[in-house]
Amino acid sequence: MRDIHEHTAGEDLIIKTSVRLMVPFIQVFGLYVIVHGHYSPGGGFQGGVILGASFILLALAFGMKTSQEYMTVSVNAVFNNLGPAIFIGVGVLCALFGGLFLDYSALDKLIPLGPVEWRSFGIFLIEVGVGVAVMSIMVLLYWNLSSGGAMDEGL
Amino acid sequence: MKNLALLATLVTGALLLYGTKDFPAWGDPQDPASTYLSPYYIENAVEQTHVPNIVTAVLGDYRGYDTMFETVVIYCAGMAVLSVLWRKKEE
Repeated sequence: MRDIHEHTAGEDLIIKTSVRLMVPFIQVFGLYVIVHGHYSPGGGFQGGVILGASFILLALAFGMKTSQEYMTVSVNAVFNNLGPAIFIGVGVLCALFGGLFLDYSALDKLIPLGPVEWRSFGIFLIEVGVGVAVMSIMVLLYWNLSSGGAMDEGL
Repeated sequence: MKNLALLATLVTGALLLYGTKDFPAWGDPQDPASTYLSPYYIENAVEQTHVPNIVTAVLGDYRGYDTMFETVVIYCAGMAVLSVLWRKKEE
């Protein structure tokens, strides 16, 4: 096991430098895909996968420890649960304000933006929830599968 | 036990294939999806949700349940892998 890890591709200067340059742009692009889902192809799933890929790329090039400095295991665990909680929470909030479950126009009673605008904004809220969930769970899957569950060393 | 699982799979598969016989032909312009569902979305989605991308409007609003359970499926996948693989570090 040790021999393999001492000669990972991440020791290469070119890979490290290019990953360091690429990761910020990948993350900005991921956020763009999430927030621009209303106007162009994209949305929570696609943007979440792109954001997750940036952390996986960090883990591939610099090692899992480095990626866990940017997203710790506990923050990842919070995000795992926060994503679905945002989605279902928005749905429950709609029901509490007198609409049907996931009928965002009911949230107009909370902040009066107009029912139609709330349907647009409600979609944005759930896309953020989906994005957070997909991002953190992609990273969690990678951490677990590549380290056999130890989540400290691996590819 | 293996034979039983195989039998259950085959029976379920056969039933599902039998069920597809009642589906409208693929791309049939007279099927229900093409006669009232798609036109409804195309005509009303932008007006009702102010989202120019109809795909997002359908996924996020009209079919919010579907998207919600897709998220739950991903959540379950993550938790399944975590519960099978995760172990505490040996001190």
